[in-house]
Amino acid sequence: MAMGSVGWNRFQFGFLATFHYLFPVLTMGLALLIFVLKVLADRRQDEAYDDAAKFWARIFGINFVIGVATGIPLEFQFGTNWAQFSVFSGGVIGLTLALEGMFAFFAESTFLGLFLYGQKRLGRKGHLFAAFMVFVGSWLSGYFIVATNAFMQHPVGYAVAPSGMLQLNDMWAYLLNPWAIWQYFHNMMSSVVTSCFVVCAVGAFYLLSERHREVAERSLRVGVAVGLVACVLIIFPTGDRNGKMVAQYQPAALAAMEGKFKSGDRADLAIIGQPDMRNHRLDNPIFVPAILSYLAYGSFGASVEGMDDFPSSELPDNEELLYFAYHIMAGLGTVFVLIMGIAFWKLWRRTLFRSTGMLWVFMLAFPFPYIATTMGWLTAELGRQPWVVYGLQRTDHAGSPLVSGGSILFSALGFMGMYFLMGTLFHYLIWKQIAIGPLRGGIPQNAEH
Amino acid sequence: METIWFGIVAVMVAVYVVLDGFDFGAGILHLFVAKTDDDRRTIFAAIGPVWDGNEVWLLAGGGTLFFAFPRVYAAGFSGFYLPLTMVLWLLMLRAMSIEFRSLETSHIWRRFWDTVFFVSSALMAIVLGAALGNVIRGVPLDRNGFFTGPLFTDFQVGAHPGVLDWYTVTVGLFSLSVLAMHGALFLRAKCEGPLRSGCARAASLLWVAVIILGVGSTVATQMVRPEIYQTVFSRPLGIVLVAVFAIALLGVPVFLKIGSDWAPFLASGVFILGMLAASATGLYPTLLRSTLSPANNLTIANSASGSLGLHVGFAWWIAGILLAIIYFVHLFHTFAGKVKLSDSGH
Repeated sequence: MAMGSVGWNRFQFGFLATFHYLFPVLTMGLALLIFVLKVLADRRQDEAYDDAAKFWARIFGINFVIGVATGIPLEFQFGTNWAQFSVFSGGVIGLTLALEGMFAFFAESTFLGLFLYGQKRLGRKGHLFAAFMVFVGSWLSGYFIVATNAFMQHPVGYAVAPSGMLQLNDMWAYLLNPWAIWQYFHNMMSSVVTSCFVVCAVGAFYLLSERHREVAERSLRVGVAVGLVACVLIIFPTGDRNGKMVAQYQPAALAAMEGKFKSGDRADLAIIGQPDMRNHRLDNPIFVPAILSYLAYGSFGASVEGMDDFPSSELPDNEELLYFAYHIMAGLGTVFVLIMGIAFWKLWRRTLFRSTGMLWVFMLAFPFPYIATTMGWLTAELGRQPWVVYGLQRTDHAGSPLVSGGSILFSALGFMGMYFLMGTLFHYLIWKQIAIGPLRGGIPQNAEH
Repeated sequence: METIWFGIVAVMVAVYVVLDGFDFGAGILHLFVAKTDDDRRTIFAAIGPVWDGNEVWLLAGGGTLFFAFPRVYAAGFSGFYLPLTMVLWLLMLRAMSIEFRSLETSHIWRRFWDTVFFVSSALMAIVLGAALGNVIRGVPLDRNGFFTGPLFTDFQVGAHPGVLDWYTVTVGLFSLSVLAMHGALFLRAKCEGPLRSGCARAASLLWVAVIILGVGSTVATQMVRPEIYQTVFSRPLGIVLVAVFAIALLGVPVFLKIGSDWAPFLASGVFILGMLAASATGLYPTLLRSTLSPANNLTIANSASGSLGLHVGFAWWIAGILLAIIYFVHLFHTFAGKVKLSDSGH
């Protein structure tokens, strides 16, 4: 199969973005949890909450460094690999990328320095404020990126200049794109759920190995309480509204996500089944009757268009992967509600910390939110194809005209090597921090010297 | 409005070089001025809380360029594809070396990251200078506003130069000496004892190197792009900036002799800012010059975003820069004074 320069561009960007997002997906949610732990420590005068906050700040710090290091290439990619896209849409999406730098990155990076190194110099309130600003900075950053992506999914607030380039026409319409708002809350809740599962996994590991009981119980308590709320919000209303927007603005993507070939009313929802693109059907499917019509359009009788009724030039070009990405995301999201629901019930009954089975589930469950969020972004980005800006610019016309496929492959291979090194170091350092565990009093990092 | 944005982009890039410049300088020097592990840790502790914030100026500068002049962003970044990719690798290696070095006590681990820190910082300093050299010399922009810059061709400055030629390498070495001196002055202000005096000696030596390479770069620029000097000296702002940076550079050894903590570092910061601002004045209104034909130049007139965008963006930018200044003052104020090893993670 010939990849060509567009193929390698997509390969590289997909790889860089997917790898990068494994880190912010944790740190955005964890910033909230650390702030909650700091507040609880302050309110209840309970030092164990502070120990937990400090422990999670160490995990946060390592994740944050990798997130920053792997995030910088993404902003560069627009210019280096997607030059025609940048020329075409820079006058609009440049705004949110510039705002992200000015309003989010400056806050995040300066207060992170204060948070990680300034504990002694800042005092209690100052340190709490630094934690809060890191949280605000990282959540703002998330909004600007999602707003940028939302423009690519559902362009609003722009005008076409005589030169053919897009320019900003209505700033608030662009910044408050409904697609951005729903996708943002969906995305942030999934980040919170990811961090809750990670916090619960380590808490469960400590309880099962009978270490650090105080910090483990507080981590689990916060993780389960926040996690249950966030899990439910992922599905309703945010996930539901995201789905309805795809149905309204990207019907071809909806058809491929759902594995729907033939158009019709009272559309069935496929729970499992493998799409067979040659014979235009799902293998060994299990359907729930009429539910797809209801979920997409709010009525059991609504008509849903199938892939067969779209010209192939309008369909996403990787229907199988889109189908599975969407199904894995949605399936896992349902399982998360079950896990968090049962855990919350046990927490309420005060049996969670003794429930070995539940602790085992938590200890082993933490990779799945990472998988679910990755699949969620795959769904969004594959569903957008074949467009880079939906309906306005095709991905085939978005690359850099003079950069060869060979140069892109060279850089992609280099990035893969670099990220392999980074990933290996990350695992080593994280496992080590978990093995060391929380420390009472003092600044934890000093214990290593 | 386009002129204002030209100024904004130039200032943000210049501030980036001044701020992250001392981090690079620290990386270039630390193998030579710090012999013991405690001295090394002091250096890492000096830049530890601030380097990430400093690096954000590059991202914010890139973001403003993307927003205000998308054509220049697209042409420049795709044209310098390979060098920019390598810049990204260097920045990643540097980030890892600063943050991971002190997480292990093994001297092999630390020696490895110390070397990575040195190599990535030194190469970044050279690359920044070479980038400035490329912008001054011009690139083979075609009629569609794109170009492709191979890493090197025949090392000559012709119509189809490589990213590295004799001219850009000269400017790169000049940049290496400037940022090394800048870093030495920063560390001198932050450290005490033998480390401080070592940095002072290094700064004095590097100042001589800066003068020699600076004269060399000036002569080289006169050979490659003589008209840039005519432009600078035909503009009052250009004359003022040249005077400011020349005086600031001459002030560095004077302040060193007086023994002031921060004055020499601030002088070198003013020198870098003034020199980059003077270069921008000489280039204005061109952002990226074509070596093939002046008609292909990317200027503020043919590459700016729409007017509404530039206006609302400007209001946002003012608010953003004020916040950023507050954050940075707070950050540097909190970590003001000499580095103490006991209150850092490094």
